[in-house]
Amino acid sequence: MKRWLTTMSERGHGVVVAVPWLWLALFFALPFLFVLKISLSEPQLAQPPYMDMLRYTEDGVMSIIINFDNYLLLWEDSLYVGALLGSLKVASISTLFCLLIGYPMAYAIARSPNHWRLPLLMLIILPFWTSFLIRVYAWIGILKNNGLLNNFLIWLGAIDQPLEIMYTPIAVYIGVVYSYLPFLILPLYATLVKLDPTLLEAAADLGARPFKQFLKITLPQSLPGVLAGSMLVFIPVMGEFVIPDLLGGNSTLMLGKMMWTEFFNNKDWPVASSLACVLLLLLIVPFVILRHFEGKAVEELE
Amino acid sequence: MTTQPINQTKDEVIHSNDDEIVKIDNVSKNFGNVFACDNINLSIHRGEFFSLLGASGCGKTTLLRILAGFETPSSGRVLIDGVDMTDVPPYQRPVNMMFQSYALFPHMTVIDNIAFGLKQESMPKSQLEDRVKEVMALVQIEKFAKRKPDQLSGGQRQRVALARSLAKQPKILLLDEPLGALDKKLREQTQFELVNIQERLGITFIIVTHDQEEAMTMSSRIALMHEGRIEQLDAPRRMYEFPVSRYSANFIGLVNLFDGHVISQDDDQVLIQSNQSETPLLVRYSQQLTSGMEVTVALRPEKIRIINNADDQPNRITAVIKDIAYLGDVSIYHAELASGLRIKFTLPNVQALAEQPLTWEQEVVLGWQADSCSLLTQ
Repeated sequence: MKRWLTTMSERGHGVVVAVPWLWLALFFALPFLFVLKISLSEPQLAQPPYMDMLRYTEDGVMSIIINFDNYLLLWEDSLYVGALLGSLKVASISTLFCLLIGYPMAYAIARSPNHWRLPLLMLIILPFWTSFLIRVYAWIGILKNNGLLNNFLIWLGAIDQPLEIMYTPIAVYIGVVYSYLPFLILPLYATLVKLDPTLLEAAADLGARPFKQFLKITLPQSLPGVLAGSMLVFIPVMGEFVIPDLLGGNSTLMLGKMMWTEFFNNKDWPVASSLACVLLLLLIVPFVILRHFEGKAVEELE
Repeated sequence: MTTQPINQTKDEVIHSNDDEIVKIDNVSKNFGNVFACDNINLSIHRGEFFSLLGASGCGKTTLLRILAGFETPSSGRVLIDGVDMTDVPPYQRPVNMMFQSYALFPHMTVIDNIAFGLKQESMPKSQLEDRVKEVMALVQIEKFAKRKPDQLSGGQRQRVALARSLAKQPKILLLDEPLGALDKKLREQTQFELVNIQERLGITFIIVTHDQEEAMTMSSRIALMHEGRIEQLDAPRRMYEFPVSRYSANFIGLVNLFDGHVISQDDDQVLIQSNQSETPLLVRYSQQLTSGMEVTVALRPEKIRIINNADDQPNRITAVIKDIAYLGDVSIYHAELASGLRIKFTLPNVQALAEQPLTWEQEVVLGWQADSCSLLTQ
């Protein structure tokens, strides 16, 4: 009985560890393999709109046909490279703006009195209680030519012609920064609030003025939070579809929109899949490199 | 307030000239209704090893933080080397602090930590490197120069913190419970090292501690604080031998207290009647007292001797041994007087295998000299 219990508890331990692996295998690795497979097949006008990899040729020989044309097309057609660069540009600039706006906010919340922090954090999280789509539509109402912003500015007399913001890259940036800001603030706040305030006193005591204290003590120690927050913004924005589609119209070329067009308008699943694979690769490679260097730094410390 | 001549320590002689480096002038600090510092006046001499001693919450740390510039006094002034520093921010004061938690910068190596202060005053590189090497040698941490704080032991971190606060050659070094995080052996060893370093550099050290032994070992003068006020300001020896109040007598070391009133005063001898003692107590005290005044006699346990009838002691008292605690070097005896008051006295254990000279329930006659005890008027 006792032995049975021991083996069961050992198995139980195994099960617990297996759950996340199983989850990843079932809902990440397997679907990704499907996408990879589709990306390496040829398009056809049928249902499903791609040819099987495994095909019987006439004389009873089974052959595996791997088609790299889709990837070559991505490389050769400047449209796709342009979409990739467009996504990179939007993601980078948005992350930068999120940092410029989010860092002071996270810092202010972390430095505010204890009883203020929770309400302030709630205000950051509050928008999530409304659907993402509704919030993006609300921005249309604000930014369009006869929208809230323009009407207000005209009423003020600051302008006499409505500003053309809607369907420009600026609208996309506004939408993206607005939507993703909380994802940067939360991890950054978590890092900043843990910093030991006596370190700043020590720096002051050693002659560092407030700005120098921030630069030499707070900023370097908050970098892990900056990195985590930036990734939480950068990665999803790279594949973002809804915001550029609703607010940017045709003004911005991004990977997410490109994929949509290939899947639903051109019915070219293989090209869309290869786009998805390229995006994944682009996001994973820098991440892995980063982890590698982080691991090395930790080893050096030990 | 007492005038008995006692042997002055070396430090007292050196600092008897009034070379004042810190002047705390009527400083109060309140947080709401709570006064952390209540109208404190204090003058600290150049080159002194000064202790702010007290239980937690007595205001000693607040006073230290006022000196460092982290707190602004609610009223009063702070002068450092003759200059009013009351409203000067910490980064412009000629003062450095060693923090209780050490507050080492975790993302910097030992060298960078120590060089941090020097870099703020943009010292030339070669000079800076020499200076860093010098202080690292002073506290013997050259071996760990390239490490980060989390790769150091508690004792090593303490040394780095000390080196960092000494690097800028401050006029005053403030130390907030500098040995609090060390174990007992290391703490005792470090106490002497701190004193040696202080004597070598000649910098004024102001240390905050709750440990009376630490304060006694290291300092030239001690300010005992209680509820935001300075209870007593004295050299360690006077602090111990001549406490001014029940609080100081109790705070430092063990003490027996007899409450009573003055019967008569003759030259510098006072006779005191106490309900707690069968015989009147004779205390040497030279200031004028009025007859009938309420006073307390403070008697240290090691001043008490076991006497026989032939001995001529001005104070003698009969007691029954109730408890014995063997501490190795000495034994502490708890004895009950006829009045029910329990007093403590200590006897050295001179011989290793001596038979216990006293046992439980044994009646003994205890005696002490008139100048072995002190008189408290508050």
